[in-house]
Amino acid sequence: MKVIVRKIRLYIPLIKTLQTGLLLATGIAGYLSSQTPVQIPTLIAMSISLFLAIGGSTVMNMWYDHDIDSKMKRTHKRPAASGELSRREVFTVGMFISVLGMAWAFTLTPFYGLIVFAGWFFDVVVYTLWLKRITCWSIVWGGISGAMPILAGRVLATGHIDLIGILLAASILFWIPTHTLTFSIKYREDYSAAGVPTFPSTYGDAVAHAVIAISTILAAVSIGWAGVLIGLSAGYLRLLAVLTVGLLLLAFATFRVHSERANFGLFRYASVYMLSAMIILAIQAF
Amino acid sequence: MKMSVLDRILLLITGLLAAYQIVVGIDKMGNLPIIAYTIAFGALLIAGLLLIILGFDVLDSPIVVIVSTIIPLCIATGLIWQHVALLRTPYILFALTGFAVVVLTRLTPMRNKLPVITLAVVHGIAGMTIFLLPILTSAQAKTPPLFSLVGVGGALIGIGGLLLSFLKTGKPILSRENLLKVLPGLLLLMTICFIIGFMYG
Repeated sequence: MKVIVRKIRLYIPLIKTLQTGLLLATGIAGYLSSQTPVQIPTLIAMSISLFLAIGGSTVMNMWYDHDIDSKMKRTHKRPAASGELSRREVFTVGMFISVLGMAWAFTLTPFYGLIVFAGWFFDVVVYTLWLKRITCWSIVWGGISGAMPILAGRVLATGHIDLIGILLAASILFWIPTHTLTFSIKYREDYSAAGVPTFPSTYGDAVAHAVIAISTILAAVSIGWAGVLIGLSAGYLRLLAVLTVGLLLLAFATFRVHSERANFGLFRYASVYMLSAMIILAIQAF
Repeated sequence: MKMSVLDRILLLITGLLAAYQIVVGIDKMGNLPIIAYTIAFGALLIAGLLLIILGFDVLDSPIVVIVSTIIPLCIATGLIWQHVALLRTPYILFALTGFAVVVLTRLTPMRNKLPVITLAVVHGIAGMTIFLLPILTSAQAKTPPLFSLVGVGGALIGIGGLLLSFLKTGKPILSRENLLKVLPGLLLLMTICFIIGFMYG
């Protein structure tokens, strides 16, 4: 029993609970945004399959990036990087969870399964295995992968890809640079030590902040447009607008004043914003 | 000064109440009050979130004075629009001009007392409007008695805003440490008063 508890403790950081939780929240919001009658068993099955697929892909990231992680202060204590878990074991568990999640997803509907698989493929194969160590533009593929859960959730409910689904996916795609670039500015020395190319290290802080500002605007437009098409009530649209104005002001503040505090504020606020936006989209279903 | 867990919880509740007010509490009002109250409670919500995220250090930003002016000005404008039709246009002009002058005197380096005087006048008028108007309308039975709680909220925001603003201008009425101790509770109490007051107003 102690061994199992210890293993679970070691695997929890490998799943990146906050990131996985946020992506899972987008999937649930995508499903509920359809405003079709909520099927609780389907919602639960979707949540578990999505959690397993996202968690599995994150474990696979940890498996492949153990050498990078061991060079970075922020990540060198992760069980795969520190050697507490063997690479072989991490790979096996990562693949097992991934396959389980995707297989479950395909049993719900093949189309939903295909999108979940696409998310996993873009994250593990295209982003992690292929591009992350070569180009800073890899975040685009990381972004596309991150956009798949919300699209998958919507497709599971509606059965097809519609404009709202595309806009919701776009909002996540454009939100991800706000999240990842502020992160890579904050931990620039870590990424530099590990030899991972980032926007700030390749193009400089000014370009990175400009990209953050532009992507924030695009994310705000996408989510606002989707909110209108979904038929959010005036009250929820007002709340979304207020939160969006906060995000835009912070993005422009970091664009004008290149301070660590403003950058960190934007990074944290962006996560709060996305979670709040997902709750707003989901709450409308009830 | 480090923010305690209790401070964070109080600020989170304040933010959630402000969000509730934006979504539900102002739904059946006219367009201008809705815009004014959305801006006011929106500023309160974002300020609460930033305080939670960045801690009390965020109060060192020069934007704080501007934000602490937006909230009372917008609430006062909404109240005037709803209850004193005669003063609608003059009050909107005062709010816009007052806000513009506060921003200008904040962004332009000045050695005289104009920034402090401007701030005191704008905050004073807006604060007195929020404090007196609901109490007067309630006393005259034009609005339910509980609407006077908006006036109590106005008194609290007036106190909080002035304390913050004077701290920022380098002439503190209350020491920074003491102000930070009471600020989260003051913001929550003020928001509760506004919500209950508007609910019955």
